[in-house]
Amino acid sequence: MRRVAKLSAACLATAALAVTATACGSTSSDNNASSSSSGGAKGGIKIGLAYDVGGRGDRSFNDSAARGADKAEKEFGGSIKELTAKTSDTEADREQRLQDLADAGYNPIVAVGFSYASAVTKIAPKYPKTNFGIVDSVVTGTNVNSITFTEEQGSYLAGVAAALKTKKDHVGFVGGVDNPLIKKFEAGYTQGVHDTNPKVKVDVQYLSHGQDYSGFSSPDKGQQAAQGMLDNGADVIYTAAGSSGNGAIEAVHGAKGAWAIGVDSDQYNIPGLAQYKSAILTSMVKNVDVGVYDFIKSVKDGKPLTGNNVYSLAKGGVSLATSGGFISDIQPKLDAAKQKIIAGQIKVKTTP
Amino acid sequence: MNKLISRIDKERLLLGIAAPLLAVVAALVVTALVILSTGKNPGPAFNDMLTYGFASDSQVYILNKATTYYLAGVSVAIGFRMNLFNIGVDGQYRLAAFFAAVLGGALTVPGWLAIPLILICAMATGALWAAIAGILKVTRGVSEVISTIMLNSIATAIIAYLLQPGKLAQLQQGNTVVATKPLPSGSHFFSIDTGPSGELWGFIFLAAAVGVAYWFVLGRTRFGYDLRTVGQSESAAAASGVSVKKMVATSMVISGAVAGLIGMPTLLNDSYQFSSDFPTGIGFTGIAIALLGRNNPIGIALGALLWGFLERTTNHLEFQGYDKEILGVIQGVIVLCVVIAYEVVRRYGLKRQQQKVGAELAAQAAATKKQEVA
Repeated sequence: MRRVAKLSAACLATAALAVTATACGSTSSDNNASSSSSGGAKGGIKIGLAYDVGGRGDRSFNDSAARGADKAEKEFGGSIKELTAKTSDTEADREQRLQDLADAGYNPIVAVGFSYASAVTKIAPKYPKTNFGIVDSVVTGTNVNSITFTEEQGSYLAGVAAALKTKKDHVGFVGGVDNPLIKKFEAGYTQGVHDTNPKVKVDVQYLSHGQDYSGFSSPDKGQQAAQGMLDNGADVIYTAAGSSGNGAIEAVHGAKGAWAIGVDSDQYNIPGLAQYKSAILTSMVKNVDVGVYDFIKSVKDGKPLTGNNVYSLAKGGVSLATSGGFISDIQPKLDAAKQKIIAGQIKVKTTP
Repeated sequence: MNKLISRIDKERLLLGIAAPLLAVVAALVVTALVILSTGKNPGPAFNDMLTYGFASDSQVYILNKATTYYLAGVSVAIGFRMNLFNIGVDGQYRLAAFFAAVLGGALTVPGWLAIPLILICAMATGALWAAIAGILKVTRGVSEVISTIMLNSIATAIIAYLLQPGKLAQLQQGNTVVATKPLPSGSHFFSIDTGPSGELWGFIFLAAAVGVAYWFVLGRTRFGYDLRTVGQSESAAAASGVSVKKMVATSMVISGAVAGLIGMPTLLNDSYQFSSDFPTGIGFTGIAIALLGRNNPIGIALGALLWGFLERTTNHLEFQGYDKEILGVIQGVIVLCVVIAYEVVRRYGLKRQQQKVGAELAAQAAATKKQEVA
């Protein structure tokens, strides 16, 4: 019986190999080239987007990139093709995603998230006529635009606001995953708090560590962490944790007199968070949409951006949202801090 | 008597082919229904999967992925043959890959020495990590399912603690990626350049060697016999003089050592470093593939190839506008179909056999009765 099973398996394997041999020679891009030419161009610009885990609809980082692409599509006409990462992705999957987009003639192609860095490094030179954009990382290449943000500067301002608004001289920071990117948020925030009032205590907690990226997508963990800080006496909590932040904001809303500071998008105006918006002091807005839109526009205009484009506080790449008007009373102090950062009088650290 | 054996064999051959065929057909039907229910036509989807999946660059991708999955499948299968559910393969391979990457980055010896050292380090780490669960099982009777799941979380925490700038890792690429020190180019495993189709990882040969070793040790040695005996009946094994506890601990260690190799194709042929985006969850894929391959070395290879094929082609389906969740649905359906189909076919075969034996006995009885009468 076992011999028979082996025999049939061997037959199957041989058959598979035979099929393999016949298909050798033509790669998927060859197949694609013949099929896409018959498809006919729809006109306008063909935008390819490769999202990080979460994709469109995360109310935070990926959504911000999507807004930029949507705006460009509306203004210039054309089409958007979106692909989304899985948690089990390997390098090959990320490369395949970019390659599929490039093969199908999408230009520009925006890779959303630093995990695409090495995939862009590998794929971009193979398609010299296609323009690649990468958010949150730096890749060198004549056809690559690296879109980065000075999160620490925006977070510094959030820290100033927190220090001015706290009544108990105790604030908190909830980070999604303890990677270098999120540590930039923590570093800026802590520095902003202590520069404003050295007596204020800052609690720091990360929801997950290392390879475990669940901290970016676990509202329950965000809620627990924020609740713990509130119970410890903190009354302003800044969360940089993707959709986990929704849970933190909910917890803060439940505590009287406490404030939450949102991240990435202006969370006061996010419909899904409308019932908690009275607790959202401000949001540290990271204008990924501006970066993505600028890049698409530059390609459309025939002068594609390349190199590292840093969207700093001075350029409006990061800012504090004023929706709700809760920080209008401290606005002069925030503006003063902002001017000092822009003038270079305050150097904001990128590591805690 | 001879006639009888040949008849049974023919039937068994049919039954043997029937099970996988049944599973694949059932999986195809269910997948088609799922695609239909999302309002799309399954025909073009399957067609696209075939043309895209058999393009030469897809084949390279599939073989590379299957290399990793094959090792995962074998690692899990070693436990299965012993009735051990090693869910900890996931933590074992990640921890092993991490320490192997740290060692590889620190080594300055030539590649022919460094690569074996890296492999030994990975296997030793995986084996030690699995040994914890094995020892807990034989000394305290802790279920390996529970302990290995917990060890997975602990492995994640250990990696998170050590994978920090200033500990065993450093910042790279635009200051956003934390990774171990990259392996020197001398320590890269060889690969076969296939031109525009990409590079075929040389590790595939090592994976095949592991498969041969698995087949040989389990099927052709005293140790393998003992292991299978314990898996089938502990009391029978103990009665025939096999130390069950020793076998449990040993097979756990071997399973862990093979698990240590899972991360190696990626490390030595692709990433050359361990960063926070090193692939996770392959240990669980290995469970599905071992189930799919019925713990058979060739079956696992087919399962691994099928898995690679599905991932490659469904990635492309998303591109064609189908929902990306379709991959999970197809994979789940296939595993379920395989398990169910084999059980159905097994029961059917058993029933047929019983009927046949019954008929033979009846015929014999009738014959003797006739003789008596005569």
